[in-house]
Amino acid sequence: MFKKFIENSRAKSPWIMHFDCGSCNGCDIEVLACLTPLYDVERFGIVNVGNPKHADVLLVTGTVNPRNAKVLRNIYDQMPDPKGVIAIGACGLSGGVFRECYNVLGGVDKVIPVDVYVPGCPAKPEAIIDGVVTALAKFEGLKG
Amino acid sequence: MKTIILMILGIVIAPILGGLIAGIDRRVTARLQSRFGPPILQPFYDVAKLFGKDKVVSNFWQVFCSWVYLIAAALSVALLFGQTDLLLVFFVQAIGAVFLVMGGLSTPSPYSQVGAQRELIQVLTYEPLIILVFASIFMVTGSFRIDEILAYKQPLLIQLPLMFVVLGYALTIKLRKSPFDFSTSHHGHQEIVKGVLTEFSGPYLGIIEIAHWYETIFILGICALFWHTSLVGVILLLVSTYFAELIIDNTMARMTWRWMLKYVWSIGLAMSFVNLIWLYAG
Repeated sequence: MFKKFIENSRAKSPWIMHFDCGSCNGCDIEVLACLTPLYDVERFGIVNVGNPKHADVLLVTGTVNPRNAKVLRNIYDQMPDPKGVIAIGACGLSGGVFRECYNVLGGVDKVIPVDVYVPGCPAKPEAIIDGVVTALAKFEGLKG
Repeated sequence: MKTIILMILGIVIAPILGGLIAGIDRRVTARLQSRFGPPILQPFYDVAKLFGKDKVVSNFWQVFCSWVYLIAAALSVALLFGQTDLLLVFFVQAIGAVFLVMGGLSTPSPYSQVGAQRELIQVLTYEPLIILVFASIFMVTGSFRIDEILAYKQPLLIQLPLMFVVLGYALTIKLRKSPFDFSTSHHGHQEIVKGVLTEFSGPYLGIIEIAHWYETIFILGICALFWHTSLVGVILLLVSTYFAELIIDNTMARMTWRWMLKYVWSIGLAMSFVNLIWLYAG
């Protein structure tokens, strides 16, 4: 019974952490908009934490380049399992308009495994919330 | 026998009550910020989720310190419910507070270190105030034993109104609410990330959260001693105190530890002395 409660709680309390791989700030303010009273994601138990050790879901925005790839990998490794990763915006998905640049590796999935892709330039707050909810399906899948 | 039953009752009920208070706290805070807020049971979901996560620790001390913090907090609540000695209760809860600091200091992370140092200063700030509150309760009732204090005929609030305000300072610091939330805060996206809790993760963070619920009940239990004569009075006092706490949390900015030490000690000690002198003269 206790185990079942833990499994149900995973979907009810996803703590998100936001990492900006050199985004233009467009997607970042949309992520932060989700936390404002207008969208109020705390309704769903989503809390924005600043610490990978406390986080369940990693939101990544911006283009990945060789310098921040190491940082991204490090942050991902510090998150205890079970965890989810969401790539946000055109840059996070594939590099966007910057994909041809000499310093851009491409999407976030070149460095760490991504569970959900949220497209948009910038992504709408509704789409980001939808992405987090979709990522929770991964935790649901762990019920087994 | 009655003492043991009360102690077990305290250990079982306190985390449930504490979690509910934390949930109501988050809900009311959200309403004050014109948001909808999470469900009342949200803190339980959070802790259950934390217990389901991987155990990632930097060193053995984190595990040990989080357990000692929980056990000391639970024991202090049990001793309070079991109506034993106030001084014993005080020393047991001080052990818990110190072990949380030790857990923070056990890792080289700068956030954790800074948070632990600040937590230590917070402990230093509220402990003298709590001991003064206990001493003033002794001066009124003539005993440190809680069962004898409960036998006292009139509410302590009549003779110790200022000491209750002093206890309010200790409550605000203990709950880590603004303007005293600089060692850690409930929403960790702040200047030192999560302060003393930075390096704790998964089940150990969950243990600390439960210990925090115990501590909330502990301080509210001490507050309840101030109007022990009627049940309605106790509920009225605790609800209004906690609501005032929330209002302060939402209207105050965070301050520095220097400001806290100066402000809480000067105002707190001044109020204590005024109250104690008044007690003697009157």
